[in-house]
Amino acid sequence: LTSVRLPSGGGVDRGRPFAFAFDGKPYAGFAGDSIASALLANGVGIVGRSFKYHRPRGIWGAWTEEPNAIVDVTRGGKTTPNLRATTETLENDLAVRSVNAAPSAAADRAALIDRLAPALPAGFYYKTFIWPRWEAFEGPIRAMAGLGRVDPDNRPPADNPQFNARCDLLIVGAGPAGLAAAAAAARAGRVVFLLDDHPEIGGQLVHRGGAIEGGYWRDWALSVARAVEGAGGRVMTRTTAYGVYDDNLICAWERRAPASDALWRVRPQQIVVAAGAIERPLIVPDNDRPGVMSADAALVYLKRYAVLIGKRVVVATNNDGAYPVAEALAEAGAGVEIVDARANGPASYLRVTHGATIEGVIGIRSVEAVRAGGQTRDCDALLLSGGWSPTVHLYAQARGRLRYDGALAALVPAGGVENLTFAGAANGAFTLAEALRQGHEAGGGEGAAPNAAGGQYRIQASWPKVDEEGRRWIDFQNDVTLKDVALAAREGYVSVEHLKRYTTLGMATDQGKTANLNAIAAMAALTGRTIDETGTTTYRPPFVPTPMGVIAGRQRGALINPLRRLPLETEHRAAGAQLREYGGWLRPAWYGPDDPELTIQREAAQARDTVALFDGSSLGKIEIIGPDAAALADFHSYNRLSTLKAGRIRYGFLLQESGVVFDDGVTLRLTEDRFLVSCSSGHTDAVRMRLELWRQDRFDARRVAIHDTTAHWATLTVTGPRSRDLIEACGLNVALDDQNLPHMAFATGAFDGGRLRVTRVSFTGDRSYELSVPASCAEALRTRLVEKLPAFGGGLLGLEALMILRAEKGYIIVGKDTDGTTMPHDLGVTGARESRADEYVGKRSLFMPVANDPRRKQLVGLSVAAGEAPLPTGAHVTAGAGRARRSQGDVTSSYMSPTLGRPVALGLVEAGLSRIGETVSLYHLGAERRATIASPVALDPEGKRLHA
Amino acid sequence: MQIFPCPFCGPRDESEFHYVGEPKARPEPAGSVSDAAWAEYLWFNANPKGEAREIWLHLTCMEMFAMARDTALNAVVGSEALPTLTR
Repeated sequence: LTSVRLPSGGGVDRGRPFAFAFDGKPYAGFAGDSIASALLANGVGIVGRSFKYHRPRGIWGAWTEEPNAIVDVTRGGKTTPNLRATTETLENDLAVRSVNAAPSAAADRAALIDRLAPALPAGFYYKTFIWPRWEAFEGPIRAMAGLGRVDPDNRPPADNPQFNARCDLLIVGAGPAGLAAAAAAARAGRVVFLLDDHPEIGGQLVHRGGAIEGGYWRDWALSVARAVEGAGGRVMTRTTAYGVYDDNLICAWERRAPASDALWRVRPQQIVVAAGAIERPLIVPDNDRPGVMSADAALVYLKRYAVLIGKRVVVATNNDGAYPVAEALAEAGAGVEIVDARANGPASYLRVTHGATIEGVIGIRSVEAVRAGGQTRDCDALLLSGGWSPTVHLYAQARGRLRYDGALAALVPAGGVENLTFAGAANGAFTLAEALRQGHEAGGGEGAAPNAAGGQYRIQASWPKVDEEGRRWIDFQNDVTLKDVALAAREGYVSVEHLKRYTTLGMATDQGKTANLNAIAAMAALTGRTIDETGTTTYRPPFVPTPMGVIAGRQRGALINPLRRLPLETEHRAAGAQLREYGGWLRPAWYGPDDPELTIQREAAQARDTVALFDGSSLGKIEIIGPDAAALADFHSYNRLSTLKAGRIRYGFLLQESGVVFDDGVTLRLTEDRFLVSCSSGHTDAVRMRLELWRQDRFDARRVAIHDTTAHWATLTVTGPRSRDLIEACGLNVALDDQNLPHMAFATGAFDGGRLRVTRVSFTGDRSYELSVPASCAEALRTRLVEKLPAFGGGLLGLEALMILRAEKGYIIVGKDTDGTTMPHDLGVTGARESRADEYVGKRSLFMPVANDPRRKQLVGLSVAAGEAPLPTGAHVTAGAGRARRSQGDVTSSYMSPTLGRPVALGLVEAGLSRIGETVSLYHLGAERRATIASPVALDPEGKRLHA
Repeated sequence: MQIFPCPFCGPRDESEFHYVGEPKARPEPAGSVSDAAWAEYLWFNANPKGEAREIWLHLTCMEMFAMARDTALNAVVGSEALPTLTR
């Protein structure tokens, strides 16, 4: 290619030269270049190889429509694949690689594949690579075809902010129509968001120029931007509105380099789409050769980047829009002639051949000459302008209807989306004056629109014909030719959706931005239908490939579902705690750096022998408050709570309406009209929700309220035979004697200026006290308790050791020792089912036939002989032999008990409670075990330790 | 993301809401409810195509309310506070 940088002009900063590499070769560009303009300034013609045939490809477009110049870009050692060279800003030291080419785009080893093209029509792989196994072909095909390569080391940080915003009017596109809409709306005092994906506002004015309101267009544009900002709006450049969603939610990707990109979710009252239009190629033979370019793109490279596309240029067109391009190139020094498919066109001082089109392109690696009107013309660039396709994507995503306008040779919006309107080229207004008028109107402007010279735009559609010879590319990116469309039609894929899937036309990163309308027109011609009858494929977001990181935002890794943290986490860490997640909370699993198994056994033994301290702050603390609190507490609980005396505590279950145990825990009656539900750590939010649901459903909301106080309190639990001694030594001024504070009662006091609640409940089976203080007092309370621990031979207790202690006693964890069928009577609790006459959640389900099935799984203990290893959790209890062998349940909890000196296990086993003493077989991952069904309570069945 | 009308807070983003269920009368007292009627209450929903009346929860105010939607058009028709004992 003979494209060159002109010595002056353009928007590049010649004072800031940048070095970069393409396919390993060094090149130079300027600040303000795109990667594509820098490549063209260096005369690089071949920038990639085509997806399927490995044909050399050059740059076609200048912006998001680019089908060919897809590159992998390495900055700072990290590679991002499949970026459009046309939209990527050049930076110093970028390493750019072509895709689907090896070793380079210029010298690609697989180039011979193009010779096999007659054997590789559309859909050939569906027909060919089947036998004997299609999977065998997958690897080689993936290596031969496709686009960029993913860099496994490129893991962008999860630092993309996401902003929510509202405005009166959101305008997509800051070209003449968008600016006119913004001007009208901002001057009426409306809050306007004006979005454009380019680095600067102006749209086509930047390269096509124009005088507006009698002055330089840029002065007018900047005054509009000031007006928008003055009215409280925003002008956002490098921001792509990539999708419109329900109720006109606009999602936009803002590029903020060097800061991380951002996502905007904007709710405008009204949307104006002024996104411009995209130039289509003419479907002429070999229209994909390097050096064939969109006419408008050539003007962009000339005006924005001061790059002249060639020395001798042929401009082939069917519309007026290419004439200013041809004349601008001629003024810049190129030899230019025009080939116009129409019999008549605008007057031009250039040589124009009317009524002719391109009959052939000569040259493989670059354009050397073209044949047109029976004559061969030497040239080094061929510019094609087949007309303009309005950028209707956002509107079509919103299910707007499109209509084919024959006079414009374009699909234009036909209305029908509430609060979403169109203006400018996106609405088929291809002259500056009409774009300004439409924008002014769409912005609600009164009086005259901004004034500009008229101009006119005429086109004569030149759609692909059925019988044309040669290889004519419709979709450059997916290597789909007119013949492929004809093949699809012959084989019955006449629906455009089938055409897309069968030929891949309109797929991949450009989604057919330059291809779709030509393809629809070809299919219409092939099937004898109109373009309207043929229809379009469904438009879906995003408009351009949008980084997943922008869509995900910061909700990645640890922030997807943030852990809840204990107020004492710092102190636990200082004490050597190994923290793990339990029910969404980060809690101490064990303490110290030693072997976990030994440590956990030691902690459990110490808690049984003397006294231990653990953090129970994560337990739920939901208050039910009001005159009807007792009624709601009764209804939502399996166990009656209205009969509880103030100051006392009751253990019980919460059921689902299906009768299945949903949670267990203790409830305190703080006062006559106030209960505190201490539910499981992981169930707090759900318990609060169901309380709220029943409160609103069947209670007088003025007489009962729900208040979750979990985060207000820290709870330190002291357990073990010396627990009372330890607390008394701490001088908390609470009477701990069993007369005043028996098991399942609580006392209140004060500590460090805050309230103190001492609750005598036990999850270990030993005498235990839960000390609850406001979270702000937790550190002082812990310090006091920890200081006294050594005097009683006590220590810290992590969750893992606590699991052993509760399993020795047969205390369950709902969801671990119960499953989605477990009812209270399966756990040996039958009181309420037998005695309660009033309604409660889940009641009726406890009397369904399934609830009385004699084969229900019931909670039992499973004991093995001393000296044997613990049973594996999850092992199946089995019955029968051989093929008739089946599972009767499984092991739900299993630990080594240091106190008993043998393993303990809990399990859910069919009819287990009536099979105590029976020896059963167990199976786990190929291993066989035997165990004896036992009471779930392995230690201290009389419960003496609670009072010891 | 749609806009839902909370009868108490006005139009808000869909992400602030949680679906609760279809409006149902709870059959009771338990002793007079047949197995079939209870199973119907537990497990069966009308799941209509078209106009539907649904119970939703606005998580930011914790109020439940009835919302009318067209499930075929994915369109919100309206919403109203539930007739509870206090309203």
